[in-house]
Amino acid sequence: MSTIYILWLRQLKRYFRSRARIVGSLGQPLLFLLALGFGFGPIYAKAGGGNFIEFLAPGIIAMSILFTAVFTGIEIIWDKQFGFLKETLVAPISRVNIMLGRTLGGATVATLQGVIVAIISFFIGFRLEHPTSLLLALVVMFLIALIFTALGTAIASVLEDMQGFQLIMNFLVMPLFFLSGALFPLDNLPKAIITIARIDPLSYGIDALRGILIGQSHFGVMLDFMVLIGVLAILLAIGSYLFSQIEI
Amino acid sequence: MKKETEKIIEVHGVTKKFGDFTAVDDVSFDVKRGEIFAFLGPNGAGKTTTIKMLTTLLVPTSGEITIDGKDAAKDKNGARKSFGIVFQDPSLDDELTAMENLHFHAVLYKVPKKTRDKRIEQLLKLVELWDRRDSLVKEFSGGMKRRLEIARGLIHHPKILFLDEPTIGLDPQTRNYLWKYIEELNKSEGITIFLTTHYMEEADKVAQRIAIIDHGKIMTIGTSAELKKQTKTESLEDAFLALTGKQIREEEGSAKDRMRIHRQMWRR
Repeated sequence: MSTIYILWLRQLKRYFRSRARIVGSLGQPLLFLLALGFGFGPIYAKAGGGNFIEFLAPGIIAMSILFTAVFTGIEIIWDKQFGFLKETLVAPISRVNIMLGRTLGGATVATLQGVIVAIISFFIGFRLEHPTSLLLALVVMFLIALIFTALGTAIASVLEDMQGFQLIMNFLVMPLFFLSGALFPLDNLPKAIITIARIDPLSYGIDALRGILIGQSHFGVMLDFMVLIGVLAILLAIGSYLFSQIEI
Repeated sequence: MKKETEKIIEVHGVTKKFGDFTAVDDVSFDVKRGEIFAFLGPNGAGKTTTIKMLTTLLVPTSGEITIDGKDAAKDKNGARKSFGIVFQDPSLDDELTAMENLHFHAVLYKVPKKTRDKRIEQLLKLVELWDRRDSLVKEFSGGMKRRLEIARGLIHHPKILFLDEPTIGLDPQTRNYLWKYIEELNKSEGITIFLTTHYMEEADKVAQRIAIIDHGKIMTIGTSAELKKQTKTESLEDAFLALTGKQIREEEGSAKDRMRIHRQMWRR
């Protein structure tokens, strides 16, 4: 337990000390909210969709969680050679605990990032249907964060260097985001797109957030939760296994 | 009760293969308790692979390694408790303070809470970094980082300290200070020191016994004087060259080397 706690604490300390990084990583979600939110808002309203900022905000919150989470997971590639990871790997502790501590730490950081984006989106016009549901939304955000930190960790465990990083960003992380329904409703889509959205775990995270925060859900919040928890269990298992196989 | 053996590290017929490539080929040697043992070899000779196997980061393809009476492949955690290590590349967390780095290590090694702070203070004073305990490690010079890493490696009272090229990139003053300090540790606390270095005069000065490895095989083991006598040379450097040849070793750029180059660019 103390191992997991200290690894978690370490990542939080690092996060709060890197203010430049916090501010820097808010640029992208802010841009998305402003450009897409106000850009497509009138068309969306005309088509009878209602307030687009309200619809978009959960998607952008999830996006910032996705990017931060995958990135903290991938950071292990660096850590393997130069960082702390080596120091933890020769310590008399189990690999599973190291993986869990790191994943919890990374996921907490990613969730905090999502919370900041949520606060920003309130300033530019995001309003809640049910303000009491914020706590439940926080749980969903943490689930999304855990899933993608574990995914990043699993990937980083098998990669040797950063060469593959672009590949992962462009062929995994970006598609996960763009095809998740973060930016558009999942109703009445072409079959190919909806099929992809259905196998993208992020879709369920965003859908759950929308269901909880603004009362719009495509899959149903219950199903969302079941899928998220199922995917998390699988990714944690794979991540732990791959992490335990790391040789440096 | 297990009685303390005279040999603290025992390596029997250890081979490590990566695919078709044999990095370490049927190597056997042992290190005596309380000894300063230098492990020398040209680039790509198998030094790093051997250290990684000794410190449980790699599992040998065949053969047996015993660290302080524990099997390094089967009882990894048992073996891990008995050694501290200073890696070739810095493995401190730059974003944490000196104190936090040591505290982190103490928690990982389950140093009891009661003695933790006392031990950290004692070690930070020893390496003369107590005044800088609350500074972030990224503000430290290379020499200060090394000192801090040595302090960290000692927190859990290890019986063996592995030093993988500890003086690389340091100025002569710092190198001199470090070795003096390491020798003192060896004398006062009886810690066994296992080191690798490319500076032959350092090995000559501090090591009681020296092993030279090349092409994955141990070429010779002995005191510096024995090595010189065996090769009929004047200095350890000449003895080393006589044993391993003068040909320059071309190592293929590994993933790690490429990353070292990009490291500064990517650092936050």
